[in-house]
Amino acid sequence: MPEIKVTPLGAGQDVGRSCILVSIAGKNVMLDCGMHMGYNDDRRFPDFSYITQNGRLTDFLDCVIISHFHLDHCGALPYFSEMVGYDGPIYMTHPTKAICPILLEDYRKITVDKKGETNFFTSQMIKDCMKKVVAVHLHQTVQVDEELEIKAYYAGHVLGAAMFQIKVGCESVVYTGDYNMTPDRHLGAAWIDKCRPDLLITESTYATTIRDSKRCRERDFLKKVHETVERGGKVLIPVFALGRAQELCILLETFWERMNLKAPIYFSTGLTEKANHYYKLFITWTNQKIRKTFVQRNMFEFKHIKAFDRAFADNPGPMVVFATPGMLHAGQSLQIFRKWAGNEKNMVIMPGYCVQGTVGHKILSGQRKLEMEGRQIVSLSQFAHGIQGKVAPDSQHLCSPPLLLQLEVKMQVEYMSFSAHADAKGIMQLIRQAEPRNVLLVHGEAKKMEFLKQKIEQEFHVNCYMPANGETTTIFTNPSIPVDISLGLLKRETAIGLLPDAKKPKLMHGTLIMKDNSFRLVSPEQALKELGLAEHQLRFTCRVHIQDPRKEHETVLRVYNHLKGVLKDYSVQHLPDGSITVESILIQATAHSEDQGTKVLLVSWTYQDEELGSYLTSLLKKGLPQSSS
Amino acid sequence: MKLYCLSGHPTLPCNVLKFKSTTIMLDCGLDMTSTLNFLPLPLVQSPRLSKLPGLVLKDGSTFLDKELKECSGHVFVDSVPEFCLPETELLDLSTVDVILISNYHCMMALPYITEYTGFTGTVYATEPTVQIGRLLMEELVNSIERVPKAQSASTWKNKEVQRLLPAPLKDAVEVSMWRKCYTMPEVNAALSKIQLVGYSQKIELFGAVQVTPLSSGYALGSSNWIIQSHYEKVSYVSGSSLLTTHPQPMDQASLKNSDVLILTGLTQIPTANPDGMVGEFCSNLAMTVRNGGNVLVPCYPSGVIYDLLECLYQYIDSAGLSNVPFYFISPVANSSLEFSQIFAEWLCHNKQTKVYLPEPPFPHAELIQTNKLKHYPSIHGDFSNDFKQPCVIFTGHPSLRFGDVVHFMELWGKSSLNTVIFTEPDFSYLDALAPYQPLAMKCVYCPIDTRLNFIQVSKLLKEVQPLHVVCPEQYTQPPPSQSHRTDLMIDCQPPPMSYRRAEVLTLPYKRRYEKIEIMPELADSLVPLEIKPGISLATVSAMLHTKDNKHVLQLPPKPPQPPTSKKRKRVSDDVPECKPLKPLLSGSIPVDQFVQTLEKHGFSDVKVEDTAKGHIVLLQEAETLIQIEEDSTHIICDNDEPLRVKLRDLVLKFLQKF
Repeated sequence: MPEIKVTPLGAGQDVGRSCILVSIAGKNVMLDCGMHMGYNDDRRFPDFSYITQNGRLTDFLDCVIISHFHLDHCGALPYFSEMVGYDGPIYMTHPTKAICPILLEDYRKITVDKKGETNFFTSQMIKDCMKKVVAVHLHQTVQVDEELEIKAYYAGHVLGAAMFQIKVGCESVVYTGDYNMTPDRHLGAAWIDKCRPDLLITESTYATTIRDSKRCRERDFLKKVHETVERGGKVLIPVFALGRAQELCILLETFWERMNLKAPIYFSTGLTEKANHYYKLFITWTNQKIRKTFVQRNMFEFKHIKAFDRAFADNPGPMVVFATPGMLHAGQSLQIFRKWAGNEKNMVIMPGYCVQGTVGHKILSGQRKLEMEGRQIVSLSQFAHGIQGKVAPDSQHLCSPPLLLQLEVKMQVEYMSFSAHADAKGIMQLIRQAEPRNVLLVHGEAKKMEFLKQKIEQEFHVNCYMPANGETTTIFTNPSIPVDISLGLLKRETAIGLLPDAKKPKLMHGTLIMKDNSFRLVSPEQALKELGLAEHQLRFTCRVHIQDPRKEHETVLRVYNHLKGVLKDYSVQHLPDGSITVESILIQATAHSEDQGTKVLLVSWTYQDEELGSYLTSLLKKGLPQSSS
Repeated sequence: MKLYCLSGHPTLPCNVLKFKSTTIMLDCGLDMTSTLNFLPLPLVQSPRLSKLPGLVLKDGSTFLDKELKECSGHVFVDSVPEFCLPETELLDLSTVDVILISNYHCMMALPYITEYTGFTGTVYATEPTVQIGRLLMEELVNSIERVPKAQSASTWKNKEVQRLLPAPLKDAVEVSMWRKCYTMPEVNAALSKIQLVGYSQKIELFGAVQVTPLSSGYALGSSNWIIQSHYEKVSYVSGSSLLTTHPQPMDQASLKNSDVLILTGLTQIPTANPDGMVGEFCSNLAMTVRNGGNVLVPCYPSGVIYDLLECLYQYIDSAGLSNVPFYFISPVANSSLEFSQIFAEWLCHNKQTKVYLPEPPFPHAELIQTNKLKHYPSIHGDFSNDFKQPCVIFTGHPSLRFGDVVHFMELWGKSSLNTVIFTEPDFSYLDALAPYQPLAMKCVYCPIDTRLNFIQVSKLLKEVQPLHVVCPEQYTQPPPSQSHRTDLMIDCQPPPMSYRRAEVLTLPYKRRYEKIEIMPELADSLVPLEIKPGISLATVSAMLHTKDNKHVLQLPPKPPQPPTSKKRKRVSDDVPECKPLKPLLSGSIPVDQFVQTLEKHGFSDVKVEDTAKGHIVLLQEAETLIQIEEDSTHIICDNDEPLRVKLRDLVLKFLQKF
């Protein structure tokens, strides 16, 4: 039976290093090629030797698809294509193609320049890798080869994020990447049509969370920021330069304007302006409202939000600072955090998911005393997830010999889920939209997946899988077989049937010709003709004896009337030569050579009329009804 | 397959294709050349225009002198300008299922179709097409509505009256189809019926037909369309370009293997080379400005203007024009310039690469930043303060009948220092200028039409090899003014089928197959038999389900009883419901083996007689006779059903079923 095989090399019961191998109808596709934020050794990249030990990757993979620009989805791409070696096509959307190389270069710089690693991909490799990228439009059907086609759907999440449908013949898989089912202030909601894939591979970051309405969260967020600023405190919002940052900036910008607030808002990295520029040029990927008004007012040009300078952190008075990176694991956000953590008037708002091992994760899980060691902090810096700010100059001194710091966190720690992943409700909603026959969970924690898996199986009665990394899931598909039917046969079959009801199923008969992998369904006559074979006619003639003393032609007339009465739906005819036809069955009467009181009816039919012929003989055998006529 | 031709304008087509069970409108272009018969609409009252004498007919009657005015020997209608609509009577337009738009110039009649014909379908177009199309419509409505004209002339349209008029009014066709401009609410209603599509997106129509837009290389978001079922392919090529300007290049490969290729929207100026024209444009512009004159460029707010600005961007410094102000005046000037920068995905490769940096793809962003190019919604307001001469002004409408261009024609027309440069190819520049005569201003004609010329067409057709080509009749003969240029027509084999306005063509096609799906359960039950090496057959008896134009074969409710093992119950009184289906038979029966088989089955008195064509097998006791020939077998017996069935099954053993 045809099957689809899925093996996660990363993101199997885990968040990070997304990389999923899919085999469908003889085609092999790799979905995403990410790095892991929690590892520093070989484990940071997927184990590509799983695909082939010594062969060329290009021979084993038909294509690679990147869902969006986050490094846990594309961070291993140059390593994979240039160092391991892959020359096939890589597909991503236009914004992803634009932003991805910048993030990769940033990641490379931190790893090589700051950390001093040598065996890492180079700038040139990033460029060479990007040359293999084919940009795709939303909803465009891209023909990878004659059989394999892919199609991108809008996923929300970040600028340019897409879900992908992978299709071979009638078998298909949808991979969601990361997605968001509720529109936010700068992006729209993910959307997919009822494409009924055999398998839906979905992320499950928030498998167990059901978030309250967006509006409530926004109100809470603004209230907390406002209160802190009112009492003279400082607010730190660790973000990644592209994505949530823009949404929160729009939120604060409009709030500041409405409330006429004076406290300064800063954005910490020099990349912001560039990042905003991408949003301006790819405005067609943002939400409806921003697209509609961009000519009058470009939402990504901020009035109240200014560039941050390191020295501002020590300024007295309230302020709000957006600083990168988002998990407080390195860079400017961490520096500011250390400066402000000791003051209970201040507040840090974590607007997204934090990976285990990061400072963000620690304080969110309630830890208030942090042991910070210089070296450890720097080693974490490579796990950047979004656009990384230029690492500030004073991070250099962190490289000096280990220095154990005890940091007491007195500032308020708040978590606001603005992270643009679908929550449990959103995941269920997407399943309802796409109507998959099977679901497979990736990009989440095993325990939470387990819960969601049960929920999905209960509600949708489909199988749900959650393979670990390196574990292969096999799904059996049962595709129907497309064949060519000759129009003559189809039209004939749709014409038959007593009621001209097109919707009513009809019985049809044909011959399937299988030749060189082509399937054609034709009428039996055509099949014989094409094969150069003659029809062999099988005919039966039965002698039915009837007791009837009347003249032959009178007997015939009685038979005719009888048949006409019984077979109302059939064409019964009395021919001038004295014979009767019922459809194509011929009935002739002769007198018995010896017994004039007995008439012999010769009923003759071909094998194709077997049912009717057989029925007629048995009917006639019972004799004619007594009638006065 | 039928094609209803609703427009006679080869570059502003409107055709309806009936294909399988769908009715598809291909473009709805609006023929605006009709406006050339009208007087211009000046923004401020023009003494010159208001003093034009009324028309006096040959017989001296003056009853038309309010409606028709004379200017330098030409007669113009003094009324709100009107446009010539596509045919609305040729078929019931409320039956149109979908409208496919190929580019923003070819959708200008959309509100007339969607708002007045009972249309309830969907319109498909790309995002740039819709956005820029909206701008064109907005500009059109704006420039006509802001100069309310009390008079709406109609007497002259009377057939009896029209006959008496001088040319070209006398010969104006379809005047009964001329309509006033639509309104913004109508535009919005029409545009709300559009569904956005991307290149190479496959759109299913009722399960019967699939339509796909392809890049056509002519304008931002411009598309050709593939309309296909599993077995037929119609390509609709409309407004395509092979030149490298700003849009994404034309997708030619996907047009291959078409049964029918409908070809419209070729270049209107087949003898002019666009590159040469751009050069001429620049040099004329520079010369005029150097001599202290002003340059007026009547243009649409989107399209070629982007390319002209880009050329000027590279040219002005070297030509010493850095201090000359460039003005772009249109109610949609700002929107057009902004929109052009956000369609990265629809641009040529070079421009896409710029966006990746990220930089604006068009250099006019820099022209605006450095204040070399300024844009205004109209001549009122800021513009009147900033206006400095000599200058270069881009403004609409290219017909010179409405829009701010009318003002500048009146303002600058009297000085020979000034130049008007025509770049848009849609209107004859002489006709456009007629109501402004006599003019002192220099007129330069540099039409830039990047659409396919006839050399490119014949190359394209050789490349994609369609079985049949359909095109407007204008393309099947040389242009009337250059009747010796037989190279300026489509040359292909078989010769193209041509159409004219209000014609219905029956397109040749022969469909022999349809797609059907065999469900897996049924597929499993089939028993293929290898008849010849490499060819297998299986007889299929199945239920045919048809839904949404998709056909599916499923297992019949009861598995069909294979005839060989048929132990049918004796016929009850029920008449068989419908004609049962029995396979055809093929093969021949070797008499010797058949007799052996009979004997094996208990027939002891088998006797064989040879005949001319075969044999007769006699079963004496049963009074049964079996005639066996090469291609037929005839069993003649008494009415003994068990015996007959037994014999039948024995015969069938030797035959193949189909």
